[in-house]
Amino acid sequence: MHELAVTQGILDVVIDVAKQNGHRRVTLIELVVGELSSIVDDSIQFYFDILSRESLAEGAKLEFRRQPATANCWDCGSQFSVAAPLVSLCPTCGGARLRVSGGQEFYVDSIEIEEIPIEGETENENSSY
Amino acid sequence: MKIPVIKEIFNANDQVAAENRAIFKQDELFVINLMASPGAGKTSLILSTVSKLPETVRPGVIEGDIASSIDADKIASQNIPVVQINTGGTCHLDAPMIRSALPHLPLNNLDLLFIENVGNLVCPAGFDLGANLAVVVASVSEGHDKPYKYPGIFATADAVILNKSDLIEVFEFDMDFFRRGVEMVNATVPIFPLSCRTGLGLEAWVKWLLEKMRNRDS
Repeated sequence: MHELAVTQGILDVVIDVAKQNGHRRVTLIELVVGELSSIVDDSIQFYFDILSRESLAEGAKLEFRRQPATANCWDCGSQFSVAAPLVSLCPTCGGARLRVSGGQEFYVDSIEIEEIPIEGETENENSSY
Repeated sequence: MKIPVIKEIFNANDQVAAENRAIFKQDELFVINLMASPGAGKTSLILSTVSKLPETVRPGVIEGDIASSIDADKIASQNIPVVQINTGGTCHLDAPMIRSALPHLPLNNLDLLFIENVGNLVCPAGFDLGANLAVVVASVSEGHDKPYKYPGIFATADAVILNKSDLIEVFEFDMDFFRRGVEMVNATVPIFPLSCRTGLGLEAWVKWLLEKMRNRDS
């Protein structure tokens, strides 16, 4: 159910931008998703296809760019990418003092819209979607 | 045609959370967002904490549940002002839900508001409610691997409670392993091992909380 609210958030952001850019149809949405943000790609696409019906973003394709989280070992200084479930020991030296950063990102990076505005919609910024 | 956006998806929620934060500040209300899996002891922690508060600190509670008012009834039976939010299936509370609950509480007569989030270690982490503190309640019976499996929620915590600490030996709970997992994603967060059942460790937690309330604006 988490993904339903999240998908509505994506759609709101995207529709806003599409309206600001002359009511053009959205064809592609690029999302940046951190590895620790607990977002399931397939589930988002599933909800998106339902929620976007009859909107400017209907039929748009979602592309997920996964952003890794990084672990730093305080014992040997090595650095490596991690995802949940996290490892408890450094794979290089076996040290237990690891620090993880990043991987919490979650934003709309860019969208692609059609060159030609939808006919009859360009003048009406307030029309519902 | 490609258009750069770079906009947080939780933007709409975050805006309402900021408004909630302003309301709380104006009412001089200190707010805690309590997050945990089902059964970790969120309701017990609220009741135990309240029992240790000085009389000058007047508590209130927002109870988030998918359905039922079992927890809210428990709180109300202790004469603590409480409002129930039934999310109707949604796995987390969001800032607008908190906003809609506020008119049902005597905000002017409260000093400390506990928001008991829906039992879940995944979804609540993404939704800012406008609270002063995010507190994650883990419990010994869940096992010591939770920070490794659900790093996201532990990374957002301002404090981590380890409830049911009286059972550490029974469950062969590896405290060091748990602590390292928490520190891996949140190096400086305080961890409070305690037991709502026996009262063990409650005082250290309440002392820290009151200190945070006193220093809220500094």
